[in-house]
Amino acid sequence: MTFFLWTSAIKVVVVFTAVMVGVAFLTWVERRVCAWIQDRLGPNRVGPEGLLQPAADGLKNLFKEETLPASSDKLLFLLAPAMSFVPALLTIAVIPFATPLPTAWGDVPMVVADLPVGFLYILAFASLGVYGVVFAGWSSNNKYALLGGLRSSAQMISYEIAMGMSTVAVLLLAGNVAVSDVIARQQESTWFVFPLALAYFIFIVAAFAETNRVPFDLPEAEGELVAGYHTEYSAMKFSMFYIAEYSNMVTASALMATLFFGGYDIPLTSWDNGPPWTIAKTLATLAMFSLKVGFFLFLYIWVRWTLPRFRYDQLMALGWKVMLPLALGYITVMASAIWLLHARLGWTYDTRFALALFGLNVLLAIPLFFALDRGHLISGSEARGEA
Amino acid sequence: MAIGVKVLKRPRAQTSYVRATLKGMALTLQHLFRPKVTMQYSEEKATDDWAISRRWRGTHRMLTDEQGRAKCVACGLCPQICPANCIKLVPGEDEQGNRYPLIYEIDEFRCVFCGYCQEVCPEEAIHVGVHYENAEYSRDRFVYDLERLCAQTHAVSTLWDPSDPKGE
Repeated sequence: MTFFLWTSAIKVVVVFTAVMVGVAFLTWVERRVCAWIQDRLGPNRVGPEGLLQPAADGLKNLFKEETLPASSDKLLFLLAPAMSFVPALLTIAVIPFATPLPTAWGDVPMVVADLPVGFLYILAFASLGVYGVVFAGWSSNNKYALLGGLRSSAQMISYEIAMGMSTVAVLLLAGNVAVSDVIARQQESTWFVFPLALAYFIFIVAAFAETNRVPFDLPEAEGELVAGYHTEYSAMKFSMFYIAEYSNMVTASALMATLFFGGYDIPLTSWDNGPPWTIAKTLATLAMFSLKVGFFLFLYIWVRWTLPRFRYDQLMALGWKVMLPLALGYITVMASAIWLLHARLGWTYDTRFALALFGLNVLLAIPLFFALDRGHLISGSEARGEA
Repeated sequence: MAIGVKVLKRPRAQTSYVRATLKGMALTLQHLFRPKVTMQYSEEKATDDWAISRRWRGTHRMLTDEQGRAKCVACGLCPQICPANCIKLVPGEDEQGNRYPLIYEIDEFRCVFCGYCQEVCPEEAIHVGVHYENAEYSRDRFVYDLERLCAQTHAVSTLWDPSDPKGE
């Protein structure tokens, strides 16, 4: 018990520190990649290649004046940054990031909390983040902030459903809500991105909307809403919203890696899949996991500096008229297919099983992407005509 | 209820969401690896494809003769033509009857950098220069006296030549 407490405490500190440093580093990456895409250089003055820029920004924000709008709701105004910051970090607790680490006192699982209901925990905390944004918008007593907060709540609730639905397909294949079992099932055969390609598509779209990133960053649409929900915030409280946004990105990327890309699994080998655990295995799988998360983070940034923002009615139309029915229909099709293959034909989940489902996904994807591409589903205002 | 949105009547064949997105992503990815256009000023003041124009009219410079004296003969043409009235000239005369400036000061704050002083100068003494880094810590440092004007070392402007309008 003492061993468990000690290792847990150490893991909490290490993971928290790693995420915070990663988030700081990510703001630098975002600015550098943005600059490169625009044929510029980006911040490269503070430290080698500008690596200390986040430290400089953090120091600046710590010393800046904290403003408190006179007619704001003081309690919620102060609480809101924490409310968006804490859930963003809490989700990462249940995500395994490497194989267990062997020590002299026993194996230490490389996850902060190996919850048997990890999956439900993730869904629960992912939806808590909206409170911070809504409280920030409401308590500021500023119409732009309020509009940003309202948009955010509507958007997050809409896409929350599609996100949850898309992950149901993962649960159908994994057969368990413990995150470590989801990974174990993927290690045994194939990453879920192949048999559940469309679920991954729905998940990634919903994840972009959940983290308020372009093309779904309507809560802070600067052209319309000044800065959206954090218009009235300054100094470190403003920074907290930024940290929350980037932590959410890290969490969403880690989720994508875990649910669809085998978590810390190293592809094409089975060396890392079972005991005996060694430090080399831990390090190798940790590197693999970081690589996957890093790729998805890059994808976030890459998409941000490519796509324009959706119009608000398009956002809602996409969420309710496309993503939700699509996710529902997809669950039905997948559940039927899995039942057919598993219960009727008696296949076990292996590569053959995954390939059959992958074929089905391709068949479904062709008409879907054809319809999406032609704008039959997205251009909401056109259907309404001269309103 | 509906938001009033102007809808372009675009043919279905021309609308594209998925393909256009992928095309855009490919384009931004290419730009990621392209050479950057940023010139890192203060470390890098000219690049292969950009340098300051030889016709740039910046901080003044007074040319000197072989003995290091200002070429100026205090004829008074430059304060006369100066549209900003920024040149202060007090002429003096030595024993041989040569005129020279006792005081020659240019207020760089008042100057509009038209270059007329250089054009009008019969001795090719006063010039505007190809130079732009003039920051100082106090306002009075912006009145350049004769000694300081002579001490400048930057290139002088070629000004605009009517026979060579493109500066070739």
